[in-house]
Amino acid sequence: MKPGPFTYHDPSTVDELVALLASLEDAKLLAGGQSLMPMLNLRLAQPDHVIDLNTVTGLEGIERTATGVRVGAMTRQATLMSDDDLTAVMPVMKEALHWVGHFQTRSRGTIGGSISHLDPAAELPAVALLHDAILTLEGPDGSRTVPIAEWPIAYMIPNLAEDEVLTSIEFSGWPATHGYAFEEFARRYGDFAIVAVGCLLAVEDGLIVRAAVAIAGSQPTPSRLADVEKALVGQPATAETFQDVAQIAKVVEAMSDSYVNGAYRQRLAGVLVERALTRAAARTRDAN
Amino acid sequence: MDKRDVSLTVNGRVYSARVETRVHLADFLRIEAGLTGTHLGCEHGVCGACTVLLDGEAVRSCLMLAVQANNRSVTTVEGLAGDGDLHPIQQAFRDNHGLQCGFCTPGMVMSLAAYLDEDPDPDEAGIREAISGNICRCTGYQGIVAAGIQAAAALRGEE
Amino acid sequence: MTRYVGANVLRSEDPRLLTGRGRYIDDISLAGMAHAAFVRAEHAHAAIKSIDVETARSLPGVQTVMTLDDLGEQYADKPMVQPYPSPALQQDIRLHPLAGDEVCFVGQPIAVVVADSRHAAEDAAAAVHVDYEPLPAIVDCRRALDTDAPLAHLGTESNHVGRLSVGFGDIDDAFQGAPHTFSEEFLQHRGGCHAMECRGVVALDDPDGDGLTVYSSTQAPYLVRAMLARYLEEDESRLRVIAPDVGGGFGPKAGVYPEEIVIPIAARVLGRPVKWVEDRREHFIATNQQGDQFWTLSVAAEADGTIRGVRGRVTCDNGAFTNYGALLGVTSLNPLPGPYAIPALDVELDMVFTNTPSKSPVRGAGRPNAAYAMERMIEAVARGLQLDPADVRARNFVTADQFPYQPGHKTGHGQPITYDSGDFHGCLEKVKEVADYDSFKSRQLAARETGRYLGIGVSSYIEDTGMGPYEAATVRVQPSGKVQVQSGLASQGQGHATVFSQVVADQLGVDFDDVVYQSADTGKFPLGVGTVASRTVVAASTAMHEAAIAVRDKAIALAAHLLEAAEDDLQIEDGMVSVKGDPGTGVTLGELARTLTPFNTGVVPEGFSPGLEATSHNVTRGAATASGSHIAEVEVDIQTGAVTLLEYSIAHDCGRMLNPQLVEGQVLGGVVHGVGNALFERMHYDDAGQPLSVNYGEYYLPLAAEMPHFNISHLETLSPLNPLGVKGAGEGGTIPAANAIIAAIENALAPFDVVISDYPVDPQRICQLLDESAARS
Repeated sequence: MKPGPFTYHDPSTVDELVALLASLEDAKLLAGGQSLMPMLNLRLAQPDHVIDLNTVTGLEGIERTATGVRVGAMTRQATLMSDDDLTAVMPVMKEALHWVGHFQTRSRGTIGGSISHLDPAAELPAVALLHDAILTLEGPDGSRTVPIAEWPIAYMIPNLAEDEVLTSIEFSGWPATHGYAFEEFARRYGDFAIVAVGCLLAVEDGLIVRAAVAIAGSQPTPSRLADVEKALVGQPATAETFQDVAQIAKVVEAMSDSYVNGAYRQRLAGVLVERALTRAAARTRDAN
Repeated sequence: MDKRDVSLTVNGRVYSARVETRVHLADFLRIEAGLTGTHLGCEHGVCGACTVLLDGEAVRSCLMLAVQANNRSVTTVEGLAGDGDLHPIQQAFRDNHGLQCGFCTPGMVMSLAAYLDEDPDPDEAGIREAISGNICRCTGYQGIVAAGIQAAAALRGEE
Repeated sequence: MTRYVGANVLRSEDPRLLTGRGRYIDDISLAGMAHAAFVRAEHAHAAIKSIDVETARSLPGVQTVMTLDDLGEQYADKPMVQPYPSPALQQDIRLHPLAGDEVCFVGQPIAVVVADSRHAAEDAAAAVHVDYEPLPAIVDCRRALDTDAPLAHLGTESNHVGRLSVGFGDIDDAFQGAPHTFSEEFLQHRGGCHAMECRGVVALDDPDGDGLTVYSSTQAPYLVRAMLARYLEEDESRLRVIAPDVGGGFGPKAGVYPEEIVIPIAARVLGRPVKWVEDRREHFIATNQQGDQFWTLSVAAEADGTIRGVRGRVTCDNGAFTNYGALLGVTSLNPLPGPYAIPALDVELDMVFTNTPSKSPVRGAGRPNAAYAMERMIEAVARGLQLDPADVRARNFVTADQFPYQPGHKTGHGQPITYDSGDFHGCLEKVKEVADYDSFKSRQLAARETGRYLGIGVSSYIEDTGMGPYEAATVRVQPSGKVQVQSGLASQGQGHATVFSQVVADQLGVDFDDVVYQSADTGKFPLGVGTVASRTVVAASTAMHEAAIAVRDKAIALAAHLLEAAEDDLQIEDGMVSVKGDPGTGVTLGELARTLTPFNTGVVPEGFSPGLEATSHNVTRGAATASGSHIAEVEVDIQTGAVTLLEYSIAHDCGRMLNPQLVEGQVLGGVVHGVGNALFERMHYDDAGQPLSVNYGEYYLPLAAEMPHFNISHLETLSPLNPLGVKGAGEGGTIPAANAIIAAIENALAPFDVVISDYPVDPQRICQLLDESAARS
């Protein structure tokens, strides 16, 4: 299985990259390659042009901001996993990354690639949702920002024009005492998630004051479970609360495919929400 | 035909060739560099047979274009042992019957080489996770896990 | 003399393979070699109205594009030769090397492109335009014999391939008088080959020299040569087939494929070497695999669990073509009734065509299917009569004093099926001990109190190993003193070079490292059968052993002559024949060999024939019966349906183990494959016969993290059928594994009255069964 022919481009700067995107038709951006290369090898994608993002300077890096952390789109998943500063600000990232492929794919896979590819089962878009990420895009008309909630338009289609590229992601941090957890159900270690749930909890005096719950794998695009979050706030961080809100998660509509039906995904959503919240709550107590 | 000059160091030696840009790194290694130890099992990044080290990190060479490795340094299974006969990982595979047909073996060995560099003292569960990105149809993995444990000890200087 | 046999000799194959110096089919590069890609059917069933190759032919780098018409007139209506003929085949419809006017499964080869590179060949293949007229396809084998079922092949009246049956005893009596009968219906789905190396062929033609040389990633080079010679109407002496290093075979590489015919023809037509390497997508759709078998089986039993009889029917998916004969059907029935002494059996199996890839043996062939079916009956009796499943097995096992045991049915050649030896009770006792079976109940109850559901499952089996018809070996001492061993086998990782060198080195008193083993090349050795069905160690080690003994005897006789000593006073040690007790004075094997191969100025001693060598042909009659019992312990998460394997224990009897470490590797590899069958591997098709799960993200092979540590014990009941007492070990791990796991899951879910039966079973299905159980109560 060899790729069809294409013209390869290796821009050095973001300006060059944007100019290329504007001038070329039928071009695909090559980030970590862990999703695009299989498609090229299998001829499921046969673009006329492949633009390599790996040669562009300035797209990698992790820096603290006043409210959280900003990550360059081409930052490798392996780098994210091993960065202690990042883990200190948003520990759910490292836990989620354990579920992302295998260490051999994380050497090359990038956060920007995953978020742009927007596979329904991908973990990193769910992490971005949890932390209310703001995405920065560059295009011929300059940069614009998109809040993560507005990023997924449809199945694997992000809010990204053909002549735009994602350059950085800014995550909003939570207080240091927050609890976190990322739960995933997959057939084997390293497989695509059938359903994955991430959550963040802030608890004060035993009551939940803030909650973020994101789900992947269940629907064509990842999302926050707003009804679950609303039901959590003000409630005690106890097993009963988590059992109750799990019932809300269970009725959120879920998709069926040739392998897994929607009813089973709904069941998993309930189980994973309960398990994630339980672990997140335990971590909160530890921090307190 | 879109072609580029590609030059990379493999196992300490420079290989240069002008190749179609669509050629992946695994094919460059196998065809241009003549190093056929790196194998193609699936060409979609799951089986791990094509695993090599890129500047010391384990990567799937079927998921990189050769041009992307330009001026980089690659280690393949042929280069693992350096001057010796068998690297401790390779010796451990031999001692523990960690291979049968040998086709997945280069990828297994290179994955473990990278993994043990990061985690020199793993337990069995850690080794199993580490090789979960490499498929073996022959062995049932037990000999490979035993090889991983022995290799880790040897690399720590404990044998 | 057992210095090597029985020892864990490290494999001589390994240093090369470990350092990337293996030479697999895709590693072969010949001067002027061109690369092929195939155009394959995109519909499960369609008529081909036309094939337009003109655009493809004109693309850069393309050397030729060939359809069936271009192969040659003589092939226009010549289906491939049947390698495994059987009277059971009522409709023997085989592939043509390239499709004519009909395609019958997605992936069937239609045309071949040969170009300067694989990339260019694939570009051109994509430019071949096939005008299809889609036809109704039959996909579900259960529907294949319905009166309104679509026909898999135009011009046929039914999808019936043939019927097989096994039986003995009075089955009606068994059921009529039975205090208890139980019935089960179940689906067995075993998946594909998935050797990590796909198939491949490299062919070159030297018409003024030795003719065609074909390299193929095959388990059976002699079969390929024979079938190719017949198909091309070529003399076998003008056709050399070589299996290089082969990265796994598992059954599907023991057939003959269209590509093995087309590529040599292309090489001949172009006058240059041609290589084709299968890619993984092709492997999913164009390499033989197993598929569905639907079983309906009933068991009649006494109140104490003694089985009176088993009867039932099977529908076996054959896929689109019969290129593998009836092997899958035969091996699904003959191993019945397994390790049990039952008085009556009556099972019928229908093989049916479907518009899916052809079905063939995969690791275990139909034996795992037969074993599972019988084990399901055991589980049904145990469940129905509230007996311990291990006890039901023990009650029904053939006992140690009943060997050689004949269940009552015959092979296709009319030979009574015979279990030559074994200790079924011994294996079961051993595995129960290793698995701590007797204490499980209390562990299970304690776990349930904490909300955990643990289960245990037992599974027992026999395997007819070492099937014939024959293998042969030549052992030859070289002038250097090193020993050359040649055979007609081919290895895909079983360690033949090591194991057979051990056997020869022991007999000839030489160092293991001084033995050179060659095989898998029809140009080096005249005859052979193939590496399948756990047969090689049994079939070939006898030939090795006897050839080595013949060489040894000749060496001693010649040495006695030269040293003027009595043969009884001589010994061979470290490659030297000397008088016992006087090791310093003697003659080396090398010297003896040189004595027997003089040149013009020499003479062969009186009474001796030239050459210090011998060839032995071993004709196998009767199977060496391997056997064993497995116990699996699982945990089921009743919220998600996830199954975790906690422990897995094996007691295994393959007779004398020539190299215990290699035997363990064979067994454990087999068990993991069985785990894959039970929990993971399923080929999905849509209603139109389009294969859906054609990548490793959607087709699940078992990986390391999900496997437990396996505890393996060995018993050795020597086979009386061969001098070394060996039995095959290649597939025994797979054969019982599925039931061990399925039964363990059922045992874990016993409080919910869940019966699973079908495999593979996935977490979603387990949750569905739990829901159904909840609805019932």
